[in-house]
Amino acid sequence: MHQVARADIDWKALREDFPILRQQIRGHPLIYFDNAATSQKPRRVLDALRHYYEHENANVHRGLHELSLRATEAYENARQRVASYLGAASADEIVFTRGTTESINLVAQAWGGKFLRDGDVILLTEMEHHSNLVPWQLLAEGTGARLRFVPVRDDGSLALEQLPSLLTPEVKLFAFTHISNSLGTINPVAELCRKARAVGALSLVDAAQSAGHLPINVRELGCDFLAFSGHKMCAPTGIGALYGRAEILDSLPPWHGGGEMIVSVTLEKSAFKKAPHRFEAGTPNIAGAIGLAAAIDYIEGIGRPAIFEHDAHLAGYAAERLAELPGMRMLGPSGQRGALVGFVMDAAHPHDLTTFADQYGLAMRGGHHCNQPLMRRFGVTGTTRASFYFYNTKAEIDRMIEILRAAVRFFS
Amino acid sequence: MSLELEELYQDVILDHSRRPRNFGNLADAAVLVHGDNPACGDEIHLGVKFGPDGGLQDIKFTGHGCAISQASASLMTAKLKGKSRVEVMEMLRAFHDLVTSETAEAPKMLGDLRLMQGVRKFPQRVKCAMLAWRAVEQALRQSAGESIISTETDFVTP
Ligand SMILES: Cc1ncc(COP(=O)(O)O)c(C=O)c1O
Repeated sequence: MHQVARADIDWKALREDFPILRQQIRGHPLIYFDNAATSQKPRRVLDALRHYYEHENANVHRGLHELSLRATEAYENARQRVASYLGAASADEIVFTRGTTESINLVAQAWGGKFLRDGDVILLTEMEHHSNLVPWQLLAEGTGARLRFVPVRDDGSLALEQLPSLLTPEVKLFAFTHISNSLGTINPVAELCRKARAVGALSLVDAAQSAGHLPINVRELGCDFLAFSGHKMCAPTGIGALYGRAEILDSLPPWHGGGEMIVSVTLEKSAFKKAPHRFEAGTPNIAGAIGLAAAIDYIEGIGRPAIFEHDAHLAGYAAERLAELPGMRMLGPSGQRGALVGFVMDAAHPHDLTTFADQYGLAMRGGHHCNQPLMRRFGVTGTTRASFYFYNTKAEIDRMIEILRAAVRFFS
Repeated sequence: MSLELEELYQDVILDHSRRPRNFGNLADAAVLVHGDNPACGDEIHLGVKFGPDGGLQDIKFTGHGCAISQASASLMTAKLKGKSRVEVMEMLRAFHDLVTSETAEAPKMLGDLRLMQGVRKFPQRVKCAMLAWRAVEQALRQSAGESIISTETDFVTP
């Protein structure tokens, strides 16, 4: 793969690919710093959707007519595209889902339902998004399995020294996030997967915050499952995928029943397709998958190493500038971090801050970010979060600092 | 500074949020309601004491949250102290209209509470403004004991 350096890319020109960024909000240029919630979409992705609906739209795997063949081909090509983007051995290891949440629920229900027993343990961390916590709580309730949590240190990193007492042979799955959506912590995925495997546990990586931000190779990481959402990486909402190592995916029962996932059906009984189609009951989000493939092409056109470097630089700059403000407390690592900064300010509550900022066209998120246990861990009810992507600029961060200074004056 | 912001965060509101009135535990409260706005983590603990006629003899709160929720609780307690049940219910409805309806006239009886009218331009902040009111509504319903409510529970009606 090509490796373009950050300096060789015209980042300003990339902004032009995002029509939505051109608008004014209440007379101020939009500053979109809510990328961890969802990213904006480049014209290339919007064009791919339009092209699909204007030229290829039909149901997949059903019709023998020309359009159905085209749609099926485009849909399966998208699967292949996701597989190569993640470094999977085969497209059969990619199940299309609605996103991270659905991917994790699929594993909890199909894998957990079949293999988990009373007394087994699912190991999670204290920094998990609710979508990598609640499905396991539901599973534990149904099976008698227990949940355990790797604590988070004050600097936002995982307390890895406690792993030996937590990652014991009763652990059947270790599920953790790649990048924390509140702290920006980047977890050592390969090391965690290796340690899970050493005790015979499977690993699941929540890549919601990383898939569009840094290079991922599931075989190098050594994970068994990996979940992500397209909408956080330039693709439409409603599409994402689950990577599952072939051997494991093949051993799982279906989780949703319906059309598309069967080989033959009698009134009493059905035979199911192999993975991944076994897990895709009903008409899938065909346009979404095509949009996701277009988003991957777009991101690969820039290059994930360059994007990571660019965003890390922005996040580092933001942390540095935020530290100038009075009564500022930032959560998360002081060194290398993902493309976001979460903070609390003495002067104002996150909701007052984000309402204030919004009046100046600055979109940030205030609240618990679907991380209530983590917020409790840090003794706050919520934070304000500024999260970045490659189309954001240092000038926008400077403007954010001005706006926050005005907020401090206003509220104190 | 935008007009909407000025209206939302009027000086009186900021003052009440910084120095909330009737803030503290009510030692001999008849009802204690714990209110919670799960979407943002705002919390209120509202203590109420009823007079012989059933009216709100005393009312105090503790808790934490955004400026709007704190100011709303502070202004509310200041207004409701000494009011009869009927008056409280009337104000509850009037206040709800004030912060949710684009057209509602702000009735005189609301007094300072009318300053919260700016909230109607910020639909996502209505829950913050209503949290204390939901708690007082619950207090009137139960008359004694302790309970928990959240802004996700829906009533502003008899
Ligand atoms: C770390 C993390 N995990 C999971 C999710 C859930 O993603 P989705 O809502 O797209 O399923 C998010 C997104 O909010 C996230 O940040």
